Amino acid sequence: MQKAKGITNKFIHKWRKYGDYILLGLPGFIMLFIFRYLPMGGLIVAFKDYNVRRGFFDSPWVGAKWYNMLFMSDDFSIAFMNTLIISLLKLVCYFPVPIILAILLNELNKRYFARTIQAVIYLPHFISWAILSGILFSLFSPQLGILKVLGIEKSPLLMPGTFRWLLVLTEIWKASGWGTIIYLAAISGIDPNLYEAAIIDGANRFKRIWYITLPSISGTIVVLLILRLGNILDAGFGQVYMLYNASVYDVADIIDTYIFRVGLSTGRFSLATAAGLFKSVIGLILVLVSNRLAKIFNPDAGIM
Amino acid sequence: MKIKKMLGDKIFDICNVLFFIAFAAVTFYPFLHQLSISLSEKSRAMSGGFFFYPRGFTIAAYRFVLQSNYIFLAFKNSIIITVGGVLLCLVVCSSYAYIMSKRDLPGYKFWNFIVIFSILFSGGLIPEYLVVRSLGLTDNLLALILLGAITPFNIVIIKNFFQNLPKSLEESAIIDGARPLKIFTNIVLPLSKPVLATISIWVAVSQWNNFMRGLMYLPSRHNYILPVLIRDIVIGQSDLAVMEVQSETTGETVTAATIIVALVPILMVYPFLQKHFTKGIMLGAVKG
Repeated sequence: MQKAKGITNKFIHKWRKYGDYILLGLPGFIMLFIFRYLPMGGLIVAFKDYNVRRGFFDSPWVGAKWYNMLFMSDDFSIAFMNTLIISLLKLVCYFPVPIILAILLNELNKRYFARTIQAVIYLPHFISWAILSGILFSLFSPQLGILKVLGIEKSPLLMPGTFRWLLVLTEIWKASGWGTIIYLAAISGIDPNLYEAAIIDGANRFKRIWYITLPSISGTIVVLLILRLGNILDAGFGQVYMLYNASVYDVADIIDTYIFRVGLSTGRFSLATAAGLFKSVIGLILVLVSNRLAKIFNPDAGIM
Repeated sequence: MKIKKMLGDKIFDICNVLFFIAFAAVTFYPFLHQLSISLSEKSRAMSGGFFFYPRGFTIAAYRFVLQSNYIFLAFKNSIIITVGGVLLCLVVCSSYAYIMSKRDLPGYKFWNFIVIFSILFSGGLIPEYLVVRSLGLTDNLLALILLGAITPFNIVIIKNFFQNLPKSLEESAIIDGARPLKIFTNIVLPLSKPVLATISIWVAVSQWNNFMRGLMYLPSRHNYILPVLIRDIVIGQSDLAVMEVQSETTGETVTAATIIVALVPILMVYPFLQKHFTKGIMLGAVKG
């Protein structure tokens, strides 16, 4: 009796101490559980023959069946290769652009001019690919488009030879302006005395950029490069999905669009989940490795 | 010697300014192209090439777009998921971030781990879809509100902000006997307005532009959100283009007008967006 009272007292005491924290944490915990952790549990579908009527638990286990199918299929290997090719193309052609833009923006003397330029080049970042793709379709359309002046009669978005380059170009259009922000933040942290000393020593603009600005932001560049490498399997789902079409599947289909098509358009949930799990696991490994690498270059970098 | 250096600097400055004018012009041109087509007459729009102004000014396409009920419905749905997502995120993410920020709370590591791990690893598209479907939330705007509200990355950002707040205010409130809930609502939240404003805008922009989930979870026409409707019109599956019978418009000018109409709300809040997004990058750079 005495003991039971003690336990109740203890409970009341604990509730007084932690009750509010439980109330605060519970909604977030429940939502994380339902919308983040249940789907992770749902990954078992990759090893089952998922059937909508039988659900997660009663669908039969099939082992690695979907993986055998995946690795045997041409579609998936094409999607995997395209993902790598498009990601690498963007890495080589897109990645340096925001760095160069940020350095040049920093060299603009007139503040209001720089602000105006920034306002214009940041704009596409805030607009959905759904809308941007509509703009691009008419920009490159054979009837309405600008290419009519060159006498080109087919949209480059429909041609396998040019499609990937357009992905790179439109990525630069949408993201490079906004991408300058993080470098501008790094540049703003440089000690102005360095520049003054360099000017006295007679260093010209290029020398100041080369010997002061670039080395000062090289840490940021390396960290962003490594983090980008960690996300190499993300080739731009929304962008590709909005811009591609049947005539360029061979060069444009990436893992994400493959999963979307196979899973939601044809309803082969298990096969699509198997592909998704494959991507998530490789992605996790790459992110962890690249985080560790980024930390070597800059102890404050990374997400953990 | 000195003159030469100054000359080199001048040339550099001029080239730099010209480069940025060109870059901004190229960035902006596609929008101008679209705006000009939307205000052009059917026959003259179809001649193509570069558009710097409307050819044969007409607002017929806009009249057509604004007659359609669907665009208003889509606007309404987009506003609901945006406002709903932001409000729910503010409540849920900030309160969870608060317990995450308390190092002396039992299970500190666990509460943090489940958030960080869900940034690194996810079930992916299909399992999420299957879960939402088995909850019976498909074709319900609530699905997009709930999914958009719980973003682990934002929780981490808010948590970092909380941990950087001065401890003294909270401590003196504890001495005065205030309960944690009261400290949270009366002291911590009012001090956190900057981070909450930034997070609200991040969530609002991602909800407003959230095409994929709109396509997956809201298949019925009356539940269309704006990006999904635009996509439908652009690829010519929507009534807006199909029913098109009036002679002054073409499918293309109507599509262009729809896109411009969808851009207007973004442009209206753009100065505000730009300011707070920039702040957010700085917040993200603060590591906890």
